[in-house]
Amino acid sequence: MDWMQRLEKLDRRIIFVIMLIAVSIPVLVRLDMPIPSSKEVDDYYETIEKLPDGSVVFFPADFDPGSVAELEPMMRSALTHLWRKNCKIVCFTLWDTGPGIVDAILRDMAGKMNKEYGTDYVFLGFKAGREVIMVQIANSISGVFPQDYSGKPTKDLPLMQQVDKLTDTKLIVNISAGYPGTKEWVQQVRTRYAVPMLSGCTGVSAPEYYPYYQSGQLSGLLGGLGGAAKYEARVGVKGDATAGMPAQSMGHLAVIALILMGNVLYVVNKKKAGAR
Amino acid sequence: MAVLGLTRLRSWLKVLASRFTAALLTSFAILATATIALAQEAAPAPTVWFDVDRLNILIPIVAFTLIILFYIQEARRGKSLFIRNMPGLDAIEEAIGRATEMGKPILYVPGIDDATNIQTIYSMIILNHVAKRVAQYDTPLIVPVGKAIVTPMAEEAVKSGYAAAGRPDAYNPNNVRFLSDEQFAFTAAVNGIMNREKPAANIYLGSFFAESLVLAETGIMTGAIQIAGTANIHQLPFFVVACDYALVGEEFYAATAYLSREPGLVGTLKATDVMKGVLMATILIGVLLEQLQIHGFKAWMQPK
Amino acid sequence: MRREIPILITIVIGWVMVMDFFFPPVSSVATRMRDWTLILIAISQMLGVANVARINLDKVSRKHPDAPYAMVLLLAIVLMIAFGVFLPKSATIGGLTWGGHEGGSVFDKVYNQMYVPMQGTMFSLLAFFIASAAYRAFKIRSPEATILGVTAVIIMIGQVPIGSLLWDGMPGLSAWIMNVPNLAAKRAILIGAALGAIATGMKVILGLERNYVGGE
Repeated sequence: MDWMQRLEKLDRRIIFVIMLIAVSIPVLVRLDMPIPSSKEVDDYYETIEKLPDGSVVFFPADFDPGSVAELEPMMRSALTHLWRKNCKIVCFTLWDTGPGIVDAILRDMAGKMNKEYGTDYVFLGFKAGREVIMVQIANSISGVFPQDYSGKPTKDLPLMQQVDKLTDTKLIVNISAGYPGTKEWVQQVRTRYAVPMLSGCTGVSAPEYYPYYQSGQLSGLLGGLGGAAKYEARVGVKGDATAGMPAQSMGHLAVIALILMGNVLYVVNKKKAGAR
Repeated sequence: MAVLGLTRLRSWLKVLASRFTAALLTSFAILATATIALAQEAAPAPTVWFDVDRLNILIPIVAFTLIILFYIQEARRGKSLFIRNMPGLDAIEEAIGRATEMGKPILYVPGIDDATNIQTIYSMIILNHVAKRVAQYDTPLIVPVGKAIVTPMAEEAVKSGYAAAGRPDAYNPNNVRFLSDEQFAFTAAVNGIMNREKPAANIYLGSFFAESLVLAETGIMTGAIQIAGTANIHQLPFFVVACDYALVGEEFYAATAYLSREPGLVGTLKATDVMKGVLMATILIGVLLEQLQIHGFKAWMQPK
Repeated sequence: MRREIPILITIVIGWVMVMDFFFPPVSSVATRMRDWTLILIAISQMLGVANVARINLDKVSRKHPDAPYAMVLLLAIVLMIAFGVFLPKSATIGGLTWGGHEGGSVFDKVYNQMYVPMQGTMFSLLAFFIASAAYRAFKIRSPEATILGVTAVIIMIGQVPIGSLLWDGMPGLSAWIMNVPNLAAKRAILIGAALGAIATGMKVILGLERNYVGGE
């Protein structure tokens, strides 16, 4: 086997090292890149921008620590945007390992933006039940969550005295890592109620939600770290998504280079084998 | 011919009426009781009895249900309903043969979701079929399970498969292994099994999420032939790229009908095909009407 | 009756849920039934933990080769339940809040400093596996594979800022691929899968699908 054939069957550990080097380059070398927006991100931004100040927003944050890298920047940007308009947030999660991370993000952002728990936002925690919760909570939030994440009765919270049903809110902002997530919210809630919905999701899920965006069931869509970075640019914050774009770009270029190299080697080796 | 047709239609209508009616009557009886009981609570009586805006959803559902019942009845009557060959399913036979020749086990991963997911249930049907086949050749079958509640279902599927093949003694309960409820802990454990026991064939049929590529890539590293199938659309690209055969979306549901030839499953598959034809016609009609600037049909079809 | 009763319950509740969507008077009954479902789901969560504990206790008692891992898992279950549920929030010893699950508690610290990094690490493996899968699989062996490879390259460049630096039209081309051919294919697969799910659901509520109940 000559060196080209050996290269075509390159040990994947070498490929892993190439990827590691590629995504590490931006750590050593500062790479600033413009981040052009896209229509679905613009629509996401405009939907929130058009909300009347002080609106109550339904905020299901359906993700776990595995998807934090892609979804935390989106959630932070969305909270920044909504709280700039003094919107009130009713947040909860349908993922059992999500509450810790969602609570931490909410508290951190509330501290930065001077927002008060109970008045400007509430975090109701996690409840098992997936789609059943989605349908029930649309009818009565306090019925499904009689207590918030820290055990306080929901009905005692000032914000929850203004809102108890989905139709009391003006917008659903869903941050979704998979199942249960955006698709189930669209199927169970969006088809029943006329409350507009936005979705921020992982890159791998985004293609699946384009049909919902095109049909108008989703008013805007943020897909993966790229979508999060575009949204950060629109909102005017430089968060983790923007910081991650150089690394992601280098990673993509590395993969493309590997694909091209693999194909060149394949064609050359195939011709050699044919000649023999 | 006409008499035969009428007889068939009558028997079909009888079946339809009996099942449908039985289910409806039971529900209404309980509903009526519950409604009367709940009427004691302070709830204003609704003025609308039927949401007319949702007629555009009710009509297709009723039509689809009737088509399903029709084709299930046809299948039960023994009518041969054609299902096209799926290379992925033929590959399962090939994989079993390969594993037997090499003296290595087959790894069957039934997804990581709960028993509430229909994909898990259908995976058990295929697992039963695979167990029946491997029992005949004494090929070891390893079934790692990611949910505690699915474990007894998998054990039952494998045990009954071995029993159906006349080899109940060959069933090894240690080969159906509950590993972990946690997604990536399960993935790491399955990777460990692949690296240690080096199965000749890996079959991934069920509901998978982010772990799909990690599993499939590790399988390639061990040199196994890989067959995958899932209805989770977001994982299909990874399986298509990393596996030798992939059952795409609905093909996974069709696989259960193809392998088991159970009338209920075969009839449902045919009904789904017919309904797809209806939807395609609806789309074409809608496009045509829109081109002719007639917007009523589109407006009626919109969800309200 | 072991199979008939669960099937009957499924049929009744299934019908109520379907009719709730079309007949508003049914909604109060449907809401009550969903409340019952939530209670059962909560109980099943506890059953799930009990099942995991039973299986791992069995491994320990049988001195299974994985017994040490089973012991670690059982210890972790006991400790996290103790910290998060049973110890009071006021249990502050040595400057640490041992009870409750709010920020700053031991439960929260274990979650943020052990679970979150471990989950994130496992998830990040995907990036490396994608690279090795792309190197091996995106070869121009056939026309379809060529289209797959070329599309993958365009999308990868178009989705990151570097794409617009290389060519102005790259984001637009990437968006067209996502919004036209990708959307068409995804919609078709979605409709197919949805029809399968609807068919299965209708069979369940008509009592034709009984595999979920278990053996005969």
